[in-house]
Amino acid sequence: MSAHRRYRLAGRIARHALLVVSATFALLPFVWMISLSLKPPDEIFQPDFHLWPKTFLGVENYRVALTAAPMLRFLLNGVFVCATIFALQLMVCVPCAYALAKMRFRGRDTLFSAVLVALLVPPQALAIPHFVLLHVFGLLDTYAALILPWIISAFGIFLLRQFFRSIPDEIIHAARLDGLGEFEIIWRIMMPMSAPALAAFGVFSVVAHWNDLFWPLIAVRTEDISTPALGILLFRDDEAGQFLGPLMAGATIIVAPLLLAFLLAQRRFIDGLATTAMK
Amino acid sequence: MSLTASIQTPIRSVVRRRHRTEEAAIGWLAVSPALILLICLLFGPAAAVILFSFTDWQLGAATFRFIGTENFAALWADPPFWKALINTCLYVAIVVPGTVGLGLATALLIEASPALRGFYRAVHFLPVMSTMSAMAVVWGTMLHPSIGLVNRALAAFGVTGVNWLRDEHTALLALALIGIWQGFGFAMVLFVSGLKAVPQQLYDAAAVDGADGVLDRLRIVTLPMLGPVTMFVIILSASRAFEVFDSVRVLTQGGPNYASEVLLNRLYSESFDYLRTGYGAALTVVYLAIVVALTLAQARFIERRVHYS
Repeated sequence: MSAHRRYRLAGRIARHALLVVSATFALLPFVWMISLSLKPPDEIFQPDFHLWPKTFLGVENYRVALTAAPMLRFLLNGVFVCATIFALQLMVCVPCAYALAKMRFRGRDTLFSAVLVALLVPPQALAIPHFVLLHVFGLLDTYAALILPWIISAFGIFLLRQFFRSIPDEIIHAARLDGLGEFEIIWRIMMPMSAPALAAFGVFSVVAHWNDLFWPLIAVRTEDISTPALGILLFRDDEAGQFLGPLMAGATIIVAPLLLAFLLAQRRFIDGLATTAMK
Repeated sequence: MSLTASIQTPIRSVVRRRHRTEEAAIGWLAVSPALILLICLLFGPAAAVILFSFTDWQLGAATFRFIGTENFAALWADPPFWKALINTCLYVAIVVPGTVGLGLATALLIEASPALRGFYRAVHFLPVMSTMSAMAVVWGTMLHPSIGLVNRALAAFGVTGVNWLRDEHTALLALALIGIWQGFGFAMVLFVSGLKAVPQQLYDAAAVDGADGVLDRLRIVTLPMLGPVTMFVIILSASRAFEVFDSVRVLTQGGPNYASEVLLNRLYSESFDYLRTGYGAALTVVYLAIVVALTLAQARFIERRVHYS
Protein backbone atom coordinates (compact mmCIF):
# COMPACT_ATOMS: atom_id res chain seq x y z
CA MET A 1 0.00 0.00 0.00
CA SER A 2 2.60 2.53 1.04
CA ALA A 3 4.88 1.38 -1.79
CA HIS A 4 2.00 1.95 -4.16
CA ARG A 5 1.41 5.39 -2.71
CA ARG A 6 5.06 6.31 -3.03
CA TYR A 7 4.96 5.13 -6.64
CA ARG A 8 2.00 7.39 -7.37
CA LEU A 9 3.64 10.35 -5.64
CA ALA A 10 6.76 9.84 -7.75
CA GLY A 11 4.57 9.77 -10.85
CA ARG A 12 2.92 13.03 -9.88
CA ILE A 13 6.24 14.73 -9.27
CA ALA A 14 7.65 13.42 -12.55
CA ARG A 15 4.62 14.79 -14.40
CA HIS A 16 5.11 18.28 -12.98
CA ALA A 17 8.87 18.16 -13.51
CA LEU A 18 8.51 17.27 -17.18
CA LEU A 19 5.70 19.76 -17.78
CA VAL A 20 7.71 22.53 -16.15
CA VAL A 21 10.49 21.83 -18.67
CA SER A 22 8.17 22.00 -21.70
CA ALA A 23 6.32 24.99 -20.23
CA THR A 24 9.68 26.75 -19.80
CA PHE A 25 10.43 26.11 -23.47
CA ALA A 26 7.05 27.59 -24.41
CA LEU A 27 7.39 30.62 -22.13
CA LEU A 28 11.09 31.40 -22.43
CA PRO A 29 10.83 33.80 -25.41
CA PHE A 30 8.10 35.76 -23.63
CA VAL A 31 10.08 35.97 -20.39
CA TRP A 32 13.24 36.98 -22.29
CA MET A 33 11.30 39.59 -24.25
CA ILE A 34 9.79 41.20 -21.16
CA SER A 35 13.08 41.02 -19.25
CA LEU A 36 14.97 42.82 -22.02
CA SER A 37 12.17 45.35 -22.41
CA LEU A 38 12.85 46.54 -18.85
CA LYS A 39 16.64 46.90 -19.12
CA PRO A 40 19.10 49.62 -20.09
CA PRO A 41 21.47 48.78 -23.00
CA ASP A 42 24.57 48.18 -20.89
CA GLU A 43 22.78 45.56 -18.81
CA ILE A 44 21.64 43.75 -21.96
CA PHE A 45 25.22 43.55 -23.19
CA GLN A 46 27.02 42.73 -19.96
CA PRO A 47 28.25 39.14 -19.60
CA ASP A 48 26.18 38.08 -16.57
CA PHE A 49 22.45 37.80 -17.04
CA HIS A 50 19.75 38.75 -14.54
CA LEU A 51 16.09 38.18 -15.16
CA TRP A 52 15.12 41.36 -13.32
CA PRO A 53 17.03 44.56 -14.26
CA LYS A 54 19.29 46.22 -11.73
CA THR A 55 18.46 49.59 -13.21
CA PHE A 56 14.80 49.60 -14.12
CA LEU A 57 14.37 51.26 -17.53
CA GLY A 58 10.96 49.78 -18.33
CA VAL A 59 9.02 53.03 -18.37
CA GLU A 60 11.56 54.70 -20.65
CA ASN A 61 11.76 51.73 -23.06
CA TYR A 62 8.00 51.52 -23.44
CA ARG A 63 7.77 55.30 -23.83
CA VAL A 64 10.31 55.17 -26.67
CA ALA A 65 8.48 52.26 -28.32
CA LEU A 66 5.17 54.08 -28.14
CA THR A 67 6.48 57.43 -29.38
CA ALA A 68 9.16 56.48 -31.93
CA ALA A 69 6.70 54.33 -33.85
CA PRO A 70 2.90 54.51 -33.92
CA MET A 71 2.52 51.30 -31.86
CA LEU A 72 -1.03 51.99 -30.73
CA ARG A 73 -1.90 52.90 -34.30
CA PHE A 74 -0.64 49.46 -35.41
CA LEU A 75 -2.91 47.81 -32.86
CA LEU A 76 -5.91 49.91 -33.86
CA ASN A 77 -5.19 49.11 -37.51
CA GLY A 78 -5.11 45.44 -36.59
CA VAL A 79 -8.45 45.67 -34.80
CA PHE A 80 -10.03 47.63 -37.64
CA VAL A 81 -8.71 45.40 -40.42
CA CYS A 82 -9.57 42.13 -38.65
CA ALA A 83 -13.04 43.32 -37.63
CA THR A 84 -13.84 44.59 -41.13
CA ILE A 85 -12.60 41.42 -42.79
CA PHE A 86 -14.68 39.24 -40.48
CA ALA A 87 -17.82 41.38 -40.85
CA LEU A 88 -17.57 41.32 -44.65
CA GLN A 89 -16.81 37.60 -44.65
CA LEU A 90 -20.01 37.00 -42.69
CA MET A 91 -22.09 39.16 -45.03
CA VAL A 92 -20.83 37.21 -48.02
CA CYS A 93 -20.50 33.70 -46.57
CA VAL A 94 -23.61 33.34 -44.40
CA PRO A 95 -26.27 33.77 -47.14
CA CYS A 96 -24.25 31.58 -49.49
CA ALA A 97 -23.76 28.87 -46.86
CA TYR A 98 -27.48 28.97 -46.03
CA ALA A 99 -28.52 28.63 -49.67
CA LEU A 100 -26.08 25.77 -50.17
CA ALA A 101 -27.33 23.99 -47.07
CA LYS A 102 -31.06 24.58 -47.06
CA MET A 103 -32.36 25.72 -50.45
CA ARG A 104 -32.92 23.88 -53.70
CA PHE A 105 -31.90 25.48 -56.97
CA ARG A 106 -30.15 24.42 -60.13
CA GLY A 107 -26.41 24.75 -60.02
CA ARG A 108 -26.24 24.43 -56.26
CA ASP A 109 -24.12 21.30 -56.28
CA THR A 110 -21.82 22.72 -58.94
CA LEU A 111 -21.30 25.81 -56.83
CA PHE A 112 -20.54 23.70 -53.77
CA SER A 113 -17.95 21.75 -55.78
CA ALA A 114 -16.42 25.09 -56.77
CA VAL A 115 -16.19 26.02 -53.08
CA LEU A 116 -14.41 22.73 -52.37
CA VAL A 117 -11.95 23.39 -55.20
CA ALA A 118 -11.38 26.91 -53.87
CA LEU A 119 -10.46 25.40 -50.49
CA LEU A 120 -7.41 23.85 -52.16
CA VAL A 121 -5.90 27.17 -53.23
CA PRO A 122 -3.37 28.55 -50.73
CA PRO A 123 -3.80 32.34 -50.39
CA GLN A 124 -0.11 33.03 -51.06
CA ALA A 125 -0.56 31.68 -54.58
CA LEU A 126 -2.90 34.57 -55.40
CA ALA A 127 -0.58 37.34 -54.20
CA ILE A 128 0.62 38.43 -57.66
CA PRO A 129 -2.82 38.83 -59.30
CA HIS A 130 -4.25 40.44 -56.16
CA PHE A 131 -1.37 42.89 -56.20
CA VAL A 132 -1.97 43.67 -59.88
CA LEU A 133 -5.71 44.02 -59.35
CA LEU A 134 -5.26 46.45 -56.46
CA HIS A 135 -2.65 48.37 -58.48
CA VAL A 136 -5.09 48.72 -61.41
CA PHE A 137 -7.74 50.17 -59.11
CA GLY A 138 -5.18 52.40 -57.37
CA LEU A 139 -5.85 50.75 -54.02
CA LEU A 140 -2.36 49.61 -53.07
CA ASP A 141 -1.11 50.93 -49.74
CA THR A 142 -4.64 51.53 -48.40
CA TYR A 143 -6.82 49.75 -45.87
CA ALA A 144 -8.80 48.36 -48.80
CA ALA A 145 -5.67 46.54 -49.99
CA LEU A 146 -5.41 44.81 -46.63
CA ILE A 147 -9.09 43.86 -46.54
CA LEU A 148 -10.45 43.19 -50.03
CA PRO A 149 -8.55 40.00 -50.95
CA TRP A 150 -9.93 38.26 -47.85
CA ILE A 151 -13.64 39.06 -47.97
CA ILE A 152 -14.40 35.81 -49.77
CA SER A 153 -13.60 32.78 -47.63
CA ALA A 154 -14.23 29.38 -49.19
CA PHE A 155 -13.42 27.93 -45.81
CA GLY A 156 -16.06 30.09 -44.12
CA ILE A 157 -18.71 29.02 -46.61
CA PHE A 158 -17.77 25.38 -46.15
CA LEU A 159 -17.72 25.51 -42.34
CA LEU A 160 -21.04 27.37 -42.03
CA ARG A 161 -22.73 25.22 -44.66
CA GLN A 162 -21.82 22.09 -42.68
CA PHE A 163 -23.20 23.66 -39.52
CA PHE A 164 -26.41 24.93 -41.15
CA ARG A 165 -27.12 21.44 -42.44
CA SER A 166 -27.23 20.17 -38.87
CA ILE A 167 -30.07 22.59 -38.03
CA PRO A 168 -33.43 20.76 -38.48
CA ASP A 169 -35.54 21.71 -41.51
CA GLU A 170 -38.64 21.91 -39.28
CA ILE A 171 -37.38 25.11 -37.73
CA ILE A 172 -37.07 26.70 -41.14
CA HIS A 173 -40.49 25.43 -42.26
CA ALA A 174 -42.05 26.83 -39.11
CA ALA A 175 -40.38 30.18 -39.74
CA ARG A 176 -41.64 30.21 -43.34
CA LEU A 177 -45.17 29.44 -42.14
CA ASP A 178 -44.85 32.39 -39.78
CA GLY A 179 -44.29 34.51 -42.87
CA LEU A 180 -40.55 35.10 -42.54
CA GLY A 181 -38.65 35.62 -45.77
CA GLU A 182 -35.49 33.64 -46.48
CA PHE A 183 -33.17 36.52 -45.59
CA GLU A 184 -35.02 37.12 -42.34
CA ILE A 185 -34.59 33.43 -41.60
CA ILE A 186 -30.87 33.76 -42.30
CA TRP A 187 -30.20 36.76 -40.08
CA ARG A 188 -32.79 36.25 -37.33
CA ILE A 189 -32.87 32.47 -36.93
CA MET A 190 -29.81 30.83 -38.45
CA MET A 191 -27.29 33.38 -37.16
CA PRO A 192 -28.27 33.13 -33.47
CA MET A 193 -28.51 29.34 -33.68
CA SER A 194 -25.06 29.08 -35.23
CA ALA A 195 -23.23 31.04 -32.53
CA PRO A 196 -20.68 28.27 -31.84
CA ALA A 197 -19.77 27.89 -35.52
CA LEU A 198 -19.62 31.66 -36.01
CA ALA A 199 -17.39 32.02 -32.96
CA ALA A 200 -15.08 29.29 -34.23
CA PHE A 201 -14.86 30.93 -37.65
CA GLY A 202 -14.34 34.32 -36.00
CA VAL A 203 -11.42 33.09 -33.91
CA PHE A 204 -9.90 31.40 -36.95
CA SER A 205 -10.28 34.50 -39.12
CA VAL A 206 -9.09 37.07 -36.58
CA VAL A 207 -6.07 35.06 -35.43
CA ALA A 208 -5.03 34.40 -39.05
CA HIS A 209 -5.25 38.03 -40.14
CA TRP A 210 -3.89 39.60 -36.96
CA ASN A 211 -0.77 37.46 -37.28
CA ASP A 212 -0.41 37.54 -41.06
CA LEU A 213 2.82 39.04 -42.36
CA PHE A 214 2.97 37.81 -45.97
CA TRP A 215 0.16 39.92 -47.41
CA PRO A 216 0.66 43.20 -45.46
CA LEU A 217 4.32 43.09 -46.49
CA ILE A 218 3.19 43.08 -50.13
CA ALA A 219 0.18 45.40 -49.96
CA VAL A 220 1.34 48.18 -47.66
CA ARG A 221 4.32 50.53 -47.41
CA THR A 222 3.01 53.38 -45.24
CA GLU A 223 3.59 53.08 -41.52
CA ASP A 224 0.22 54.64 -40.68
CA ILE A 225 -1.83 51.80 -42.12
CA SER A 226 0.44 48.92 -41.07
CA THR A 227 -0.98 46.02 -39.12
CA PRO A 228 0.84 44.86 -35.95
CA ALA A 229 2.79 42.04 -37.61
CA LEU A 230 4.23 44.45 -40.18
CA GLY A 231 4.54 47.36 -37.74
CA ILE A 232 7.07 45.63 -35.51
CA LEU A 233 9.35 45.10 -38.54
CA LEU A 234 9.07 48.74 -39.58
CA PHE A 235 9.98 49.69 -36.01
CA ARG A 236 12.97 47.34 -36.09
CA ASP A 237 14.25 49.13 -39.18
CA ASP A 238 13.73 52.53 -37.50
CA GLU A 239 16.50 54.28 -35.66
CA ALA A 240 14.93 53.74 -32.24
CA GLY A 241 14.38 50.06 -33.00
CA GLN A 242 18.13 49.52 -33.14
CA PHE A 243 18.08 49.57 -29.36
CA LEU A 244 17.00 46.24 -27.96
CA GLY A 245 15.14 47.58 -24.94
CA PRO A 246 12.61 49.63 -26.92
CA LEU A 247 12.45 46.93 -29.62
CA MET A 248 11.49 44.28 -27.07
CA ALA A 249 9.01 46.71 -25.51
CA GLY A 250 7.51 47.14 -28.97
CA ALA A 251 7.30 43.38 -29.48
CA THR A 252 5.56 43.04 -26.11
CA ILE A 253 3.00 45.67 -27.11
CA ILE A 254 2.38 43.87 -30.43
CA VAL A 255 1.84 40.35 -29.04
CA ALA A 256 0.04 41.36 -25.84
CA PRO A 257 -3.53 42.01 -27.11
CA LEU A 258 -4.10 38.61 -28.71
CA LEU A 259 -2.45 36.79 -25.81
CA LEU A 260 -4.60 38.66 -23.29
CA ALA A 261 -7.73 37.95 -25.33
CA PHE A 262 -6.73 34.30 -25.36
CA LEU A 263 -6.15 34.18 -21.60
CA LEU A 264 -9.56 35.76 -20.99
CA ALA A 265 -11.42 33.36 -23.29
CA GLN A 266 -9.22 30.28 -23.45
CA ARG A 267 -11.97 27.77 -24.15
CA ARG A 268 -13.36 29.86 -27.01
CA PHE A 269 -9.97 30.19 -28.66
CA ILE A 270 -8.84 26.59 -28.21
CA ASP A 271 -12.18 25.11 -29.26
CA GLY A 272 -12.47 27.54 -32.14
CA LEU A 273 -9.03 26.79 -33.55
CA ALA A 274 -9.31 23.06 -32.90
CA THR A 275 -12.70 22.66 -34.58
CA THR A 276 -11.75 24.77 -37.59
CA ALA A 277 -8.56 22.72 -37.96
CA MET A 278 -10.53 19.45 -37.85
CA LYS A 279 -12.61 20.44 -40.88
CA MET B 1 -62.11 10.95 -54.17
CA SER B 2 -60.19 9.95 -57.23
CA LEU B 3 -61.75 12.86 -59.11
CA THR B 4 -60.62 15.49 -56.62
CA ALA B 5 -57.18 13.94 -56.50
CA SER B 6 -56.81 14.08 -60.27
CA ILE B 7 -57.84 17.72 -60.28
CA GLN B 8 -55.69 18.69 -57.35
CA THR B 9 -52.49 17.11 -58.54
CA PRO B 10 -51.86 19.46 -61.48
CA ILE B 11 -52.75 22.48 -59.36
CA ARG B 12 -50.43 21.39 -56.63
CA SER B 13 -47.60 20.83 -59.06
CA VAL B 14 -48.13 24.27 -60.57
CA VAL B 15 -48.01 25.80 -57.14
CA ARG B 16 -44.97 23.77 -56.29
CA ARG B 17 -43.28 24.75 -59.53
CA ARG B 18 -43.93 28.41 -58.88
CA HIS B 19 -42.58 27.90 -55.37
CA ARG B 20 -39.56 26.16 -56.85
CA THR B 21 -38.71 29.03 -59.22
CA GLU B 22 -39.13 31.49 -56.40
CA GLU B 23 -36.86 29.42 -54.18
CA ALA B 24 -34.31 29.18 -56.98
CA ALA B 25 -34.41 32.94 -57.51
CA ILE B 26 -33.85 33.62 -53.81
CA GLY B 27 -31.16 30.95 -53.71
CA TRP B 28 -29.24 32.56 -56.53
CA LEU B 29 -29.69 35.96 -54.92
CA ALA B 30 -28.21 34.60 -51.70
CA VAL B 31 -25.17 33.05 -53.34
CA SER B 32 -24.53 35.79 -55.91
CA PRO B 33 -22.15 37.96 -53.84
CA ALA B 34 -20.09 34.92 -52.91
CA LEU B 35 -20.16 33.63 -56.48
CA ILE B 36 -19.04 36.95 -57.97
CA LEU B 37 -16.25 37.29 -55.41
CA LEU B 38 -15.15 33.68 -55.89
CA ILE B 39 -14.72 34.41 -59.59
CA CYS B 40 -13.09 37.86 -59.21
CA LEU B 41 -10.83 37.16 -56.24
CA LEU B 42 -10.12 33.44 -56.46
CA PHE B 43 -10.66 31.60 -59.72
CA GLY B 44 -9.90 34.60 -61.93
CA PRO B 45 -6.62 35.37 -60.14
CA ALA B 46 -5.67 31.68 -60.10
CA ALA B 47 -6.13 31.60 -63.88
CA ALA B 48 -4.19 34.87 -64.16
CA VAL B 49 -1.21 33.42 -62.29
CA ILE B 50 -1.07 30.52 -64.72
CA LEU B 51 -1.32 32.96 -67.64
CA PHE B 52 1.44 35.22 -66.22
CA SER B 53 3.72 32.21 -65.81
CA PHE B 54 3.94 31.91 -69.62
CA THR B 55 4.97 35.55 -70.08
CA ASP B 56 8.09 37.63 -69.48
CA TRP B 57 6.10 40.34 -67.74
CA GLN B 58 7.77 42.45 -65.08
CA LEU B 59 5.63 44.43 -62.64
CA GLY B 60 5.23 47.97 -63.91
CA ALA B 61 6.29 47.15 -67.47
CA ALA B 62 3.83 48.33 -70.11
CA THR B 63 4.16 45.33 -72.36
CA PHE B 64 4.86 41.64 -72.16
CA ARG B 65 5.05 38.76 -74.55
CA PHE B 66 4.32 35.08 -74.30
CA ILE B 67 7.45 33.04 -73.97
CA GLY B 68 5.95 29.58 -73.61
CA THR B 69 7.56 27.45 -70.93
CA GLU B 70 10.79 29.48 -70.74
CA ASN B 71 10.10 30.50 -67.14
CA PHE B 72 9.68 26.90 -66.09
CA ALA B 73 12.85 25.89 -67.91
CA ALA B 74 14.70 28.71 -66.13
CA LEU B 75 13.23 27.55 -62.82
CA TRP B 76 14.37 24.00 -63.50
CA ALA B 77 17.91 25.28 -64.07
CA ASP B 78 17.89 27.68 -61.10
CA PRO B 79 19.97 26.38 -58.14
CA PRO B 80 18.30 28.69 -55.56
CA PHE B 81 14.92 27.23 -56.50
CA TRP B 82 16.13 23.69 -55.87
CA LYS B 83 17.80 24.85 -52.67
CA ALA B 84 14.48 26.35 -51.56
CA LEU B 85 12.55 23.19 -52.43
CA ILE B 86 15.00 20.91 -50.65
CA ASN B 87 15.21 23.21 -47.61
CA THR B 88 11.43 23.40 -47.35
CA CYS B 89 11.23 19.60 -47.35
CA LEU B 90 14.05 19.41 -44.79
CA TYR B 91 12.30 21.98 -42.63
CA VAL B 92 9.08 19.95 -42.78
CA ALA B 93 11.03 16.78 -42.00
CA ILE B 94 12.43 18.36 -38.81
CA VAL B 95 9.42 20.34 -37.65
CA VAL B 96 6.78 17.61 -38.07
CA PRO B 97 8.36 14.95 -35.82
CA GLY B 98 9.33 17.62 -33.29
CA THR B 99 5.86 19.13 -33.19
CA VAL B 100 4.02 15.80 -33.11
CA GLY B 101 6.35 14.19 -30.55
CA LEU B 102 6.39 17.15 -28.19
CA GLY B 103 2.66 17.72 -28.67
CA LEU B 104 1.84 14.10 -27.88
CA ALA B 105 4.15 13.97 -24.87
CA THR B 106 2.76 17.14 -23.32
CA ALA B 107 -0.83 16.08 -24.05
CA LEU B 108 -0.32 12.73 -22.29
CA LEU B 109 1.32 14.44 -19.31
CA ILE B 110 -1.33 17.14 -19.05
CA GLU B 111 -4.21 14.67 -19.23
CA ALA B 112 -2.57 12.24 -16.79
CA SER B 113 -3.93 14.15 -13.79
CA PRO B 114 -6.25 17.11 -13.23
CA ALA B 115 -3.69 19.02 -11.15
CA LEU B 116 -2.85 22.36 -12.84
CA ARG B 117 -4.29 20.98 -16.08
CA GLY B 118 -5.82 24.26 -17.26
CA PHE B 119 -2.68 26.20 -16.38
CA TYR B 120 -0.37 23.92 -18.35
CA ARG B 121 -2.71 23.85 -21.31
CA ALA B 122 -2.85 27.65 -21.48
CA VAL B 123 0.92 28.05 -21.11
CA HIS B 124 1.69 25.56 -23.87
CA PHE B 125 -0.83 27.21 -26.15
CA LEU B 126 0.56 30.76 -25.81
CA PRO B 127 3.12 30.43 -28.65
CA VAL B 128 0.33 29.38 -31.03
CA MET B 129 -1.45 32.68 -30.42
CA SER B 130 1.59 34.92 -30.61
CA THR B 131 2.36 37.06 -33.65
CA MET B 132 5.19 35.25 -35.41
CA SER B 133 6.90 38.32 -36.85
CA ALA B 134 7.28 39.89 -33.39
CA MET B 135 8.33 36.63 -31.77
CA ALA B 136 10.82 36.03 -34.57
CA VAL B 137 12.41 39.35 -33.66
CA VAL B 138 12.61 38.10 -30.07
CA TRP B 139 14.07 34.74 -31.17
CA GLY B 140 16.63 36.69 -33.17
CA THR B 141 17.94 38.22 -29.95
CA MET B 142 17.80 34.87 -28.12
CA LEU B 143 19.94 33.29 -30.83
CA HIS B 144 22.35 36.25 -30.95
CA PRO B 145 25.93 34.90 -30.83
CA SER B 146 27.16 36.95 -27.84
CA ILE B 147 24.24 38.36 -25.87
CA GLY B 148 21.67 35.69 -26.78
CA LEU B 149 20.12 33.45 -24.16
CA VAL B 150 21.00 30.25 -26.02
CA ASN B 151 24.73 30.89 -26.17
CA ARG B 152 24.80 32.29 -22.61
CA ALA B 153 23.18 29.05 -21.42
CA LEU B 154 25.64 26.95 -23.44
CA ALA B 155 28.54 28.97 -22.05
CA ALA B 156 27.38 28.07 -18.55
CA PHE B 157 28.10 24.45 -19.50
CA GLY B 158 31.43 25.43 -21.06
CA VAL B 159 30.15 25.06 -24.63
CA THR B 160 30.86 27.80 -27.15
CA GLY B 161 27.77 28.41 -29.24
CA VAL B 162 27.82 29.43 -32.88
CA ASN B 163 26.12 32.32 -34.68
CA TRP B 164 23.03 30.22 -35.22
CA LEU B 165 21.26 32.31 -37.84
CA ARG B 166 24.37 33.35 -39.79
CA ASP B 167 25.92 29.89 -39.96
CA GLU B 168 25.11 27.82 -43.04
CA HIS B 169 24.96 24.63 -41.01
CA THR B 170 22.59 25.85 -38.31
CA ALA B 171 20.34 28.52 -39.86
CA LEU B 172 17.64 26.12 -41.06
CA LEU B 173 17.86 24.12 -37.84
CA ALA B 174 17.36 27.26 -35.75
CA LEU B 175 14.32 28.20 -37.84
CA ALA B 176 12.94 24.68 -37.39
CA LEU B 177 13.32 25.04 -33.63
CA ILE B 178 11.25 28.22 -33.79
CA GLY B 179 8.69 26.36 -35.90
CA ILE B 180 8.40 23.59 -33.32
CA TRP B 181 8.13 26.16 -30.53
CA GLN B 182 5.22 27.85 -32.26
CA GLY B 183 3.36 24.71 -33.30
CA PHE B 184 3.62 22.07 -30.60
CA GLY B 185 0.96 23.64 -28.37
CA PHE B 186 -1.56 23.28 -31.16
CA ALA B 187 -0.66 19.63 -31.64
CA MET B 188 -1.05 19.21 -27.86
CA VAL B 189 -4.60 20.59 -27.96
CA LEU B 190 -5.59 18.26 -30.80
CA PHE B 191 -4.10 15.27 -28.98
CA VAL B 192 -5.96 16.23 -25.80
CA SER B 193 -9.27 16.19 -27.67
CA GLY B 194 -8.28 12.80 -29.06
CA LEU B 195 -7.48 11.52 -25.56
CA LYS B 196 -10.85 12.67 -24.23
CA ALA B 197 -12.52 10.54 -26.89
CA VAL B 198 -10.88 7.29 -25.72
CA PRO B 199 -13.69 5.31 -23.97
CA GLN B 200 -13.10 4.57 -20.30
CA GLN B 201 -14.31 0.97 -20.81
CA LEU B 202 -11.18 0.20 -22.79
CA TYR B 203 -9.02 1.11 -19.80
CA ASP B 204 -11.28 -0.93 -17.53
CA ALA B 205 -11.06 -3.90 -19.88
CA ALA B 206 -7.28 -3.57 -20.05
CA ALA B 207 -7.15 -3.44 -16.25
CA VAL B 208 -9.17 -6.67 -16.05
CA ASP B 209 -6.60 -8.23 -18.34
CA GLY B 210 -3.88 -7.15 -15.94
CA ALA B 211 -2.65 -4.11 -17.83
CA ASP B 212 -2.97 -1.44 -15.14
CA GLY B 213 0.52 0.07 -15.17
CA VAL B 214 0.88 3.48 -16.79
CA LEU B 215 3.09 2.23 -19.60
CA ASP B 216 0.88 -0.82 -20.27
CA ARG B 217 -2.20 1.34 -20.55
CA LEU B 218 -0.32 3.68 -22.87
CA ARG B 219 0.93 0.89 -25.12
CA ILE B 220 -2.22 -1.23 -25.24
CA VAL B 221 -5.01 1.35 -25.19
CA THR B 222 -3.99 4.99 -25.55
CA LEU B 223 -1.53 5.01 -28.42
CA PRO B 224 -3.51 2.68 -30.72
CA MET B 225 -6.67 4.71 -30.08
CA LEU B 226 -4.80 7.92 -30.94
CA GLY B 227 -3.86 6.64 -34.40
CA PRO B 228 -6.33 8.72 -36.44
CA VAL B 229 -5.65 11.90 -34.45
CA THR B 230 -1.92 11.39 -34.87
CA MET B 231 -2.34 11.06 -38.62
CA PHE B 232 -4.37 14.23 -38.62
CA VAL B 233 -1.81 16.16 -36.55
CA ILE B 234 1.00 15.01 -38.83
CA ILE B 235 -0.86 16.20 -41.91
CA LEU B 236 -1.81 19.51 -40.34
CA SER B 237 1.65 20.34 -39.03
CA ALA B 238 3.22 19.27 -42.33
CA SER B 239 1.02 21.59 -44.36
CA ARG B 240 1.70 24.43 -41.93
CA ALA B 241 5.43 23.81 -41.98
CA PHE B 242 5.33 23.78 -45.78
CA GLU B 243 4.05 27.37 -45.66
CA VAL B 244 6.91 28.66 -43.50
CA PHE B 245 7.64 32.30 -44.32
CA ASP B 246 7.46 34.79 -41.43
CA SER B 247 10.44 33.57 -39.42
CA VAL B 248 12.59 33.20 -42.55
CA ARG B 249 11.68 36.65 -43.82
CA VAL B 250 12.32 38.34 -40.48
CA LEU B 251 15.50 36.51 -39.47
CA THR B 252 17.54 35.26 -42.42
CA GLN B 253 15.87 36.29 -45.73
CA GLY B 254 16.91 32.83 -46.87
CA GLY B 255 20.60 33.32 -46.12
CA PRO B 256 23.42 32.78 -45.59
CA ASN B 257 24.08 31.67 -49.16
CA TYR B 258 20.55 30.23 -49.54
CA ALA B 259 21.14 27.91 -46.55
CA SER B 260 17.70 28.76 -45.16
CA GLU B 261 15.93 29.64 -48.40
CA VAL B 262 12.37 28.25 -48.54
CA LEU B 263 9.72 28.20 -51.27
CA LEU B 264 7.49 31.01 -50.05
CA ASN B 265 10.41 33.33 -49.40
CA ARG B 266 11.75 32.57 -52.89
CA LEU B 267 8.30 33.28 -54.29
CA TYR B 268 8.14 36.56 -52.41
CA SER B 269 11.63 37.70 -53.42
CA GLU B 270 11.24 36.96 -57.12
CA SER B 271 7.75 38.46 -57.33
CA PHE B 272 8.00 41.51 -55.09
CA ASP B 273 11.69 42.29 -54.45
CA TYR B 274 12.97 41.75 -58.00
CA LEU B 275 9.52 42.30 -59.59
CA ARG B 276 10.09 39.42 -62.01
CA THR B 277 6.39 38.75 -62.24
CA GLY B 278 6.44 36.11 -64.97
CA TYR B 279 9.15 34.16 -63.21
CA GLY B 280 7.48 34.58 -59.83
CA ALA B 281 4.22 33.37 -61.35
CA ALA B 282 5.94 30.23 -62.64
CA LEU B 283 7.27 29.65 -59.14
CA THR B 284 3.76 30.22 -57.78
CA VAL B 285 2.33 27.66 -60.20
CA VAL B 286 4.84 25.08 -58.99
CA TYR B 287 4.05 25.93 -55.37
CA LEU B 288 0.31 25.74 -56.08
CA ALA B 289 0.71 22.38 -57.81
CA ILE B 290 2.64 20.93 -54.87
CA VAL B 291 0.15 22.20 -52.29
CA VAL B 292 -2.87 20.97 -54.27
CA ALA B 293 -1.27 17.56 -54.85
CA LEU B 294 -0.41 17.19 -51.15
CA THR B 295 -3.89 18.29 -50.07
CA LEU B 296 -5.61 15.86 -52.44
CA ALA B 297 -3.35 13.04 -51.31
CA GLN B 298 -4.21 13.84 -47.68
CA ALA B 299 -7.93 13.96 -48.41
CA ARG B 300 -7.70 10.58 -50.14
CA PHE B 301 -5.73 9.17 -47.26
CA ILE B 302 -8.10 10.43 -44.57
CA GLU B 303 -11.15 9.23 -46.51
CA ARG B 304 -9.74 5.74 -46.80
CA ARG B 305 -8.87 5.57 -43.11
CA VAL B 306 -12.30 6.73 -42.05
CA HIS B 307 -13.85 4.28 -44.48
CA TYR B 308 -12.02 1.30 -43.05
CA SER B 309 -12.26 2.19 -39.39
